[in-house]
Parts: sequence; structure tokens; C-alpha cells
Amino acid sequence: MEHHIRMPLTKDKVKELKAGDYVYITGTLYSARDAAHKRMYESLEKGEVLPFPLENQIIYYMGPTPGREGQVIGSAGPTTSGRMDKYTPCLLNQGLCGMIGKGKRSEEVLSGMKQNTAVYFAAVGGAGALLSKCIKKSEVIAYEDLGTEAVRKLYAENFPVIVAADSEGNDIYDIK
Amino acid sequence: MKIIESVQITEAVKEMCIEVNYKLSEDMHEALRQAGEREESALGVQILEQLEQNMKIAAESKIPICQDTGMTVVFMQIGQDVRIEGDYIEDAVNEGIRRGYKEGYLRKSVVGDPIFRKNTEDNTPGVIHYEIVPGDKIKITVAPKGFGSENMSRVIMLKPADGITGVKQAVLETVKAAGANACPPMVIGVGIGGTFEKCALLAKKALTRKVASYSDIPYVRELEKELLDEINGLGIGPAGFGGTVTAVGLNIETCPTHIAGLPVAVNICCHVNRHITRVL
Repeated sequence: MEHHIRMPLTKDKVKELKAGDYVYITGTLYSARDAAHKRMYESLEKGEVLPFPLENQIIYYMGPTPGREGQVIGSAGPTTSGRMDKYTPCLLNQGLCGMIGKGKRSEEVLSGMKQNTAVYFAAVGGAGALLSKCIKKSEVIAYEDLGTEAVRKLYAENFPVIVAADSEGNDIYDIK
Repeated sequence: MKIIESVQITEAVKEMCIEVNYKLSEDMHEALRQAGEREESALGVQILEQLEQNMKIAAESKIPICQDTGMTVVFMQIGQDVRIEGDYIEDAVNEGIRRGYKEGYLRKSVVGDPIFRKNTEDNTPGVIHYEIVPGDKIKITVAPKGFGSENMSRVIMLKPADGITGVKQAVLETVKAAGANACPPMVIGVGIGGTFEKCALLAKKALTRKVASYSDIPYVRELEKELLDEINGLGIGPAGFGGTVTAVGLNIETCPTHIAGLPVAVNICCHVNRHITRVL
């Protein structure tokens, strides 16, 4: 099944997405990977406010290469999601609705997704040049000192992903 | 005695860092193209087509093939009749990496301390291996290594009694555990023998061989073929979404070891298996 969705997500939209479906996403995505997740996690532990709203949003696990003049962004493919598993349940509890990465998630993440009606998408690993063409705007909005690991607000058009795990706990990496 | 200036090393490393991140070697291109013909899953074929398209875009639009432009592994084979003049060789190589990653718009992916993790902002230091060889030349191989696949690699200290069956099992289990994380179709480098660190180095070196090449040692060649077939029977497939192409190459290097040991290292690489060699 194929879906074209516009951001932000809603719980109803998330429920329609099933493991294995093709999805093209248009709208805002936030990039964050290892170091940014650690900071967000520590902020939440201290009761601080996060630098961007998680409610109904998608985090893209990605750290790009720098863009050349005239390029919005450089190579921009997904990184391995499993490294973010430790930090993810608490972000889901804050309203995070979706994640884009690659590879399997932990049981804790899958059950957090069920509880919070969230979806996990996979983009094709190693296709960073191709995926960069779907990113039309990019702006660093937090943790600038982290370089490639800073949080970026991206605007994507028809960003191609596959539902890797849906809100009912079905996992494409287990189906085959 | 031949004199090589350290600036020649810096310049060569810089150029190689850039070239290797924008363009895959011909043997990898060919291996991926053939993989498309062998793949039986429709989704798998589609993924492989995307990877081909990705490489085209990388070359045309000057965007690195993958955003993980790697930690820079450099093999330096230095002829014993060479004299290097100028800077300390390690500084010369790192300066080449520094310039290459800046001028080539490559990602700076190195942190200075493994625990405190502050980015060094120029992708240095590289991981540099030196070997003294006969002759009066310097052979430099630059092989940037992405960590999606590096993280899935393993060293297993088998017992001599585990034999070839144990080796096969160790490789298959490592590949199975790597799954989608390693961005399949993968290339697999295996090192057998030596010591703990020697087998790891052999496995890394195996990744710099031509992807469809085979060992000169008959039993090793057979093992390479058997393991590649069995890996492709695991069903992991392109991007880990299922399929018949999980790996496009598997190279094994062996060396003598201790009477008590059978070390095996499995170094996994994604389909962006980058390596480039130049001789000064």
C-alpha cells in the first residue's frame, strides 16, 4: 500500500500505516542522532524544555555531510536507529509520533510505540545522495556545537520511506 | 635511496579522500549491477535500483555517496629504500585527511575522546597502519569506514577444535546479527589466524581486495564461495527488507597462529565499500 502524508502526523494517520507500506512524507522533519538524543534525554531528566516540540513530529536519525554552495544539504541518509533505543521511549512519552532510520528497534521502543501510537519508518541506508534531493530546506535549530549532530529543522518533499514497524507492533524485519 | 617529500603524501591522501567518497570503484559498481540481476525479491530489486541511482546522483551533483564518509583508515606500505623528507609522516597523512574532508565537503565524524566525545571537526586523526616492504615506493590505500557496519563487526577467539565449521558458524552468526544495521548488500572481510589484533587487521585488509577476487589458497577459495552462498541464503536482502542478495563479496585472509588458538575476525562493510590506492 502507498501513502502520501503531510506533516504533522496525527494518531489517526499513524494508525493507517502498516508495516511494509510505502510512504512519501512532505513537511517538517527534525534531524537528531546520538549526541542530540543524549542531550534531549538529559534535559528531560532535569525537567527542562526541549529545543523543539515533539508532539506529532518525526525525528530523522541523520547527520549530513556539509552542502556545497547552492545545495540545501549534502548527503543525508539514515543512520542505525538501534543506538537511539535507550533514549526513545521517553521521547515517545513526550508525544513524538514517528522516527526515520534503519535497522531493528528494541522491544522497549516497539512497546512504547504501541502505547503512544507512533510509527517507525526505514529509509534506504547508503542512499544519502538520492535522499538529499527530497530535502528542500535545512536549518540548524539547536545544539549547533555538535556539528553534523546538531538538530536541524528540515522541509522534505515526497521523502521516500517504508513502514518498518507500525503502531500495532508489526515489524518488517521480522516478517520475511 | 629514493626521496619522497611529505607534501606529496599529504596531497595524495587529500585527493584520495575526496575521490573515494564520490565514486565507488569499478569492481563494486559491477558487483552491485550483477546483484540486481540475481535478486529475487521485487522490493530488493527496487532498493538496488535506488542504490544505483544514488551513485549516479553522487557523481553528477557532487554529493558524497553516503553521509557517513567514515573514519579514515589508511594503509601505508613503505619501501625500505625510501627516505621521507619534510614533516613527520603521521602528521602528513593527517593533514591530507584534514584538507580532503574540508575541501571535499565530507562529514567530520571523529570524536577526540571515546567517552567525552567532542568532535575534532576535521575528521582527524585517521587510523593509520604502516608496513615496511621491499623497494623504493610508497603505496597508500585510503579506505574510509562507515560505522553502521563497523559496529556490527566481531573478533571471536575460537578453539583449534572448532576448526573450519567453527569459522563458518562465527561468520554466519556475525552477518545474521548485523542484518539491516550494516546496510546490506554487504561486503565481508574475514581474517583467520594470527593474534587478537592481527586477525582484525587481516579482516580490514580483506575488504580492500577486489570484491569478486578469490584467495590463492584452494581451501580458502572454497570457503569464500561457500560462505557467500550461505550468507545469501540467510534472506536478509537489500536494506534488510528480505531477499536473495545479502552480500556481494566475501574475502578471507589467513596467517599463521598459535598452537592454542584460532582467532577469527569478521569485518562487515556496507555496499559503500570504499578503497582507493596510489603509489608514490
